[in-house]
Amino acid sequence: MATTEKEYGKMAKKASPPSPKGLNIIKAFTVGGLICALGEGLFTIFTRLNISEDGVKALVTITLIVLTAILTAFGIFDRIAKHAGAGTIVPITGFANSIVSPAMEYQSEGRILGTAAEMFKIAGPVIVYGCSTAFIYGFIYWITQR
Amino acid sequence: MAVRQGRYTLLLPSRPVIVGSAAVGTKKEGEGPLGTEFDKIYEDSKAGESSWEKAESTFHREAVTRALAIAATSPSDVDMIFAGDLLNQCIGTTFGLRELDIPLTGLYGACSTMALSLAMAGIMTDCGIIGAAVASTSSHFCSAEKQFRMPLEYGGQRCPTSQWTASAAGAAVVKAQGEGVHIDAAIIGRIQDLGIKDSNNMGAAMAPAAARTIIDFLRDTNSRPEDFDMILTGDLGVVGSQLLLELLQKDENVDISPVHADCGLMLYDLDEQDVHAGASGCGCSGSVVCSYIVRRLKAGELNKVLFVGTGALMSPVSSLQGESIPSIAHGVLLTH
Repeated sequence: MATTEKEYGKMAKKASPPSPKGLNIIKAFTVGGLICALGEGLFTIFTRLNISEDGVKALVTITLIVLTAILTAFGIFDRIAKHAGAGTIVPITGFANSIVSPAMEYQSEGRILGTAAEMFKIAGPVIVYGCSTAFIYGFIYWITQR
Repeated sequence: MAVRQGRYTLLLPSRPVIVGSAAVGTKKEGEGPLGTEFDKIYEDSKAGESSWEKAESTFHREAVTRALAIAATSPSDVDMIFAGDLLNQCIGTTFGLRELDIPLTGLYGACSTMALSLAMAGIMTDCGIIGAAVASTSSHFCSAEKQFRMPLEYGGQRCPTSQWTASAAGAAVVKAQGEGVHIDAAIIGRIQDLGIKDSNNMGAAMAPAAARTIIDFLRDTNSRPEDFDMILTGDLGVVGSQLLLELLQKDENVDISPVHADCGLMLYDLDEQDVHAGASGCGCSGSVVCSYIVRRLKAGELNKVLFVGTGALMSPVSSLQGESIPSIAHGVLLTH
């Protein structure tokens, strides 16, 4: 073949349809916004139940996580996420789905080395880099605010 | 006895015969344009098993068992089976076939395995040391996603260039003599790599391998695209098929577009079935060739088909390590 890697890279790029970015952004914004609105709605409901502010914050998060876990278990979450993209991944729903989905997938490899070991396969990096960033931020805060 | 023609092509003068073949798939394949061609459609994509891997093994065994029944051949009469799949250590094949008690040559050619297994079965039968062989392969969308990509229920988005791994299996019984479709020649491909790194664009990665093998075969046999009823590639999909035609036109001034078809574009309805750039997986070309193509050849609706199976030889490890995707394409000439 006379075509070089560089030429072929250009040909492949031209032949490969791009993701519909505009549409994806609109869908992500809408669904992400709806999830946040749901969170706000839950916040209002729990506040009216005379629960402390810390308690309400925890309850809102837990409710969204449980809801995601249920939707993931019934195979509904990925159908929404297929359209919503970042709209479902960025909120806490994405984190919950990233833990529940491998836990389900690896059941056939057993409870310990399957479900438990693989559960953090996708969320693991988020935890590692989330904690690392928090540590660095905390360190800078500690230095500058002393 | 096989004869080398040109540099890469092996002619099989005894013209080994595909005396029976079968394809199985799941509901999704059944809903595709070739749905009625399948010998069995599993409504349950887990086939009643406890894991996706076991389901794939069941598909594989079922395809082989059905092909043997169609060929009126008992497993004990088969001298060797050439088979492979996409899973680590080819467990889709080995666990599926362990009960059959047939000598097994395990093959790995990624999605080119159907062409490779047919080539090996044809060559060995032509050599006269095998009276009856089976060539088979399988893939399963769920087991492949689990191994190569993300968990099934993970809420990610697939890109437009990605292809849908077929949950299907195909098997063909090849004998030295009999009624059926002939394997007139085989060509074992050379690895090609034009630097594509995107594992969600395997059609682009594999197109150069298909182009290489097609050109090698045409040169060796001194033939032109119009000499064939069909030049059938394995699973290049939308992107890979376009790139194959462009590469052949640009580098070799060969136009195969009037006779080109791709199993990856035939298995599903691209507009209705949400498979993006088409089908892929060993079971894609395996099931299309072992059902639709063999039947059309047998009926004389097609007379000469150059089937070139295409495989992307990457692994999840090589992708994570930033390697490009080496690809390969093997071919068999199937005639009426």
